[in-house]
Amino acid sequence: MLERAEIIRKEYLRHDKKFPHVWCPGCGNGIVMGALLRAVHSLGLNKDEVVLASGIGCSGRMPTYVDFNTIHTTHGRALTFSTGIKLARPELTVMTVMGDGDSTAIGGNHFIHAARRNLNLTAIIINNSTYGMTGGQYSPTTPYGSKSTTSVYGHVEHAFSIAELAATAGASFVARSTVYHATHMEEMLKKGIEKRGFSVIEIISNCHVQHGRRNKLGGAVEMINGFKERSVTVEKSKKMSSDELEGKITIGVLADVEKPVSTEEYQRIVEEAKHKAEIITRAKEKNGVKRYEE
Amino acid sequence: MESIKDGEQKKILLQGNEAIVAGALAAGCRFFAGYPITPASEISEILSVKLPQLGGTFIQMEDEIASMGAVIGASLAGVKAMTATSGPGFSLIQENLGYGCIAEVPCVIVDVMRGGPSTGLPTSPSQGDVQMARWGTHGDHPIIVLAVSSVADCFSVTIKAFNLSEKYRIPVIILSDEVVAHTRESVTLPESDQIRIFDRVKPDVPPEWYKPYADNNRGVPDMAAFGDGYRHHVTGLVHDEKGFPTQDAQEIDKFLRRIHSKISKGFQDIQITKTHLMEDAEVCVIAYGSVARSALRAVRDARKLGVKAGLVQLVTLFPFPRKSVDTYLRQCRVAIVPEMNMGQMSREIGRINQAGCRIVKHNRIDGQLITPEEILKHLTTV
Repeated sequence: MLERAEIIRKEYLRHDKKFPHVWCPGCGNGIVMGALLRAVHSLGLNKDEVVLASGIGCSGRMPTYVDFNTIHTTHGRALTFSTGIKLARPELTVMTVMGDGDSTAIGGNHFIHAARRNLNLTAIIINNSTYGMTGGQYSPTTPYGSKSTTSVYGHVEHAFSIAELAATAGASFVARSTVYHATHMEEMLKKGIEKRGFSVIEIISNCHVQHGRRNKLGGAVEMINGFKERSVTVEKSKKMSSDELEGKITIGVLADVEKPVSTEEYQRIVEEAKHKAEIITRAKEKNGVKRYEE
Repeated sequence: MESIKDGEQKKILLQGNEAIVAGALAAGCRFFAGYPITPASEISEILSVKLPQLGGTFIQMEDEIASMGAVIGASLAGVKAMTATSGPGFSLIQENLGYGCIAEVPCVIVDVMRGGPSTGLPTSPSQGDVQMARWGTHGDHPIIVLAVSSVADCFSVTIKAFNLSEKYRIPVIILSDEVVAHTRESVTLPESDQIRIFDRVKPDVPPEWYKPYADNNRGVPDMAAFGDGYRHHVTGLVHDEKGFPTQDAQEIDKFLRRIHSKISKGFQDIQITKTHLMEDAEVCVIAYGSVARSALRAVRDARKLGVKAGLVQLVTLFPFPRKSVDTYLRQCRVAIVPEMNMGQMSREIGRINQAGCRIVKHNRIDGQLITPEEILKHLTTV
């Protein structure tokens, strides 16, 4: 175990000028990053062929610290950059890490369309129910009634369920985990990365500094223990009533479907179109006509 | 594209938008992401057919913000990429355009201008996006903006746009307008072996030595693609030469000055103006885009009436070709600046006018193109 931790530290972290990182003590982002690196390591991926993209926010800093091809994009737009990278180089493993505001507020449109489009991409969403970096304003996953710096009287809107949203929008693989369940999270990430098609792994995380403090949820330890207590597996949840599921976190694989992956579908179109174009060119050459290079 | 026989330069009939496609493909563009908008849609439609034939990729995104993101992603993965839009979409493109500037990502953006603001005048011609092309995205940033005035221009300027973007690692904007986009003209396109193509300079150092944003004598860092074995970091934050965010005042200043100075170092290469009948001109018209066509006709007609008129056609709008324009302002007593906007370029011309040349603005914003007669009237009365 220790040996693996040492390999991860040595092989996958960037050691020049990147540390100390920007995350607060006790933040869940580091747990997610660790699980992600262990998942990549155990899948035996070549670092040169791995891309990690991010948007803006605390989660957005993750690519800075890891030794892959990394890109820190604009707020909410990470999946659009990833789409371009994947289509230009389909052989690369492209992962995108986002926060809840990043992926479902400013980037909500890109998120549902990426799920519908079903490119072979992996989206990792760290959901901490707040905009941590900007000071704890309410996000699309802030629970009803919660306090935030922009809902001091209690939040009057209802929260998105990100995993369910992704499944409805057409993602091939959807899973949920929490920062308490580090090994479970690693398994979910592995499954998501290996899945052909658009995969979403929602990870419930803690922002005790902004969300926790304002809602009397305690510090990092109390919040993370809370995730343990509130979590139920997908299998168990099926036997529970909706009343019993109130306030619970369903963890595990929520959707896993086989359907055509558009990255591969488009490759087929390219081959067909190239083939047709070649036939035309050959016919023209036969008739002594040179095709304009275009 | 039509076929041409050996040794024969065949004339073909093309629309401006079609010529932009031909130019882009000849320049090596192999990725296009876009969103439907008139009067730019033909560019998407034709590329959706042609790109797969060449092993390239076409994708229609959910909006123009996404299109620009995908274009930048593709370029970072080593593929020449482009998008095309009109005013309303160009507004959305501004966000990631700034990313392209700070992360120094080569790419080409075509804005086929239509009347604005907002949904404005779909789809009458306009030149209302000129200053937006220069200053639309936030923060001090370098940019290259080129204008096309004919179908032949659409082909050659698009190639130039790709070459400049690759050479200087910068987004290049092509401003077209509804008139140029939809006019069909016969043109003779050059053979592929007569076209000069510039590709980005890739690093040749071992990966552990590679610094993706290190200065060099060109001011343009060598560019590795994702997947080339040069694992590196790209960010929209101000960064050091390794690409990592920095708060160091010296590093910030050095970086931001470099991305501006790489363009000023290349002024000679970037600034393009064309002149007609300027040798002995006393009165000139300074125009760009489709208006330059009307201006040329007006200048020729004025000559017949004995007026020593000439045309200065701006191909590069930004960086503003101050040196060559200054020469003509010193030469002429009057410069007429006709534009399909409220005077966005005449402001630039006025700004550098130290010779005291009289600047006469002629602005039309009613969705109608400027006719040769309107310009001729100025030429014969000033």
